[in-house]
Amino acid sequence: MADTRIPTVVVDDVHVVYRVHGAAKDSSPLGAMRRMASRKPSTAVREVHAVKGVSFTAHEGEAVGLIGTNGSGKSTLLRAIAGLLPATRGAVYTKGQPSLLGVNAAMMADISGERNVVLGCLAMGMPKAEARAKTPEIIDFSGINERGDFSSLPMRTYSSGMSARLRFSIAAAKKHEVLLIDEALATGDAKFRKRSEDRVRELREGAGTVFLVSHSLSSVRDTCERTIWLESGLIRMDGPTDEVLAAYEEFSTAK
Amino acid sequence: MAEAVVTEPHPVLAPAQLAARHGLRAAGARPGLVEYARSLWAYRHFIVAFANARNVATLTTARLGQLWHVLTPLTNAAVYYLIFGVILGTGGRIENFIAYLCCGIFIFGYTSAVAAAGTVSISGNLNMIRALQFPRASLPLSVTITQLQQLLVSMCVLIGIVLVTGEPPRLIWLTLIPLLLLQTIFSGGLAMLLARVGSKIVDLKQVMPFVLRTWLYGSGVFYSLTTATNDLPTWASTLLHLNPMLVFIELAREALITTNPASQFSVASMWAVAVGWAIVMGVGGFLYFWRGEKEYGRG
Repeated sequence: MADTRIPTVVVDDVHVVYRVHGAAKDSSPLGAMRRMASRKPSTAVREVHAVKGVSFTAHEGEAVGLIGTNGSGKSTLLRAIAGLLPATRGAVYTKGQPSLLGVNAAMMADISGERNVVLGCLAMGMPKAEARAKTPEIIDFSGINERGDFSSLPMRTYSSGMSARLRFSIAAAKKHEVLLIDEALATGDAKFRKRSEDRVRELREGAGTVFLVSHSLSSVRDTCERTIWLESGLIRMDGPTDEVLAAYEEFSTAK
Repeated sequence: MAEAVVTEPHPVLAPAQLAARHGLRAAGARPGLVEYARSLWAYRHFIVAFANARNVATLTTARLGQLWHVLTPLTNAAVYYLIFGVILGTGGRIENFIAYLCCGIFIFGYTSAVAAAGTVSISGNLNMIRALQFPRASLPLSVTITQLQQLLVSMCVLIGIVLVTGEPPRLIWLTLIPLLLLQTIFSGGLAMLLARVGSKIVDLKQVMPFVLRTWLYGSGVFYSLTTATNDLPTWASTLLHLNPMLVFIELAREALITTNPASQFSVASMWAVAVGWAIVMGVGGFLYFWRGEKEYGRG
């Protein structure tokens, strides 16, 4: 039987290994000398094999949830799909350029929120005029100006909730063909969460395919019809959300 | 334990074939050279905005704020003048030693700052690289722009110093414009080169200060290299005079100081060396950086 659905993301036996610097166990100069003398590989650089051979195909109009315990490789897999962390082995094929909607997009603490918004928009590839035009809208959406003029203050003066809201608002300002959402819904207060969930739904309608990484099973249940369960860098289960979530809940309570 | 539930018929095609049939492209694949250059051009506003932001950010907590952009080069010049001009008396044979020294310090300081910041421009921005997709060469290039902006302030200070020390304004000052352009291309290429090397060999950051200081002493910033190398065989002094920084500094002095001691090499040959270095480093650095584009996220 031939599959008539149009694939948007094809993940083919992907492995991701990344290097961590500064993880030496014996960090004394003597220890470093001893390692050099005995020609042992430096422990200051350790390799983390985060994704160990994952394959799946996602199709147009699908919303796929990614679940798993902390450190199971969900975020790393998303970054590999976005092309940010290149796959060490295997390949990822995507339609267009996927966008990662994360809360940890880089920001500069010493410049004002407003300038960070313009910078963030430009970094996502918006033309200058569009970035300028969208800035007030983004600041409004983030709601950081609800208690006075915070947008002209440096980011380092913001509370963690405020800066997370601003980051999300910037990332959500652009339309995407393949959208990857990394825990983005878990920021801010209840009011902001409601607003951001609406926004994600809007973005989903415009996007071909959505991936959602979340620890909040209810938001996965609300948005995704298919769910992939990752455990230690491998796919444990891939199927309809209800079945996978049921198995996952059983697994978590059994521990 | 439940086996993986396969809900869709297993695709008959191999994943790569399936992807090819539907026109999907490999994520994170290295773009072609022309495509890369074009996307970099499309990101020019980001490069400049990032450079501006960094320039502003370095001084937001200082009480005197942006005034330090002017005070730093002035203080720098004063310290070197105190040591080399007053205490050691190196400037004895050079007329207008203050202008001579400032030319050297500011021109060298530009490329040196670009080299130092370029080395960490990838390794220091990994968070950003792992969060956003943009041509990575934007980072070393925006480092170059940040330093260029500071150089332009320094150059205004320098023009002031030159005027105060009694040099008349001359038309030849305009040659500073092509000169700084060549130096910027050279520095941008160097930043891209060091950015890639620094992203692989993280210890380079620790070594760079020593490399840069050696380069500083070899570039005739505080003394005239021509007088110092009189006793060397011709081939050795020719080799020393191919040092790009020496050439950029000498050409700037040639433009600004009427009494600049003549070099044993003609001004025209120095311009040729400057153009050569700009092309080699600019193109070479870009090509070298582009070849690694795929790997920068890995750390």
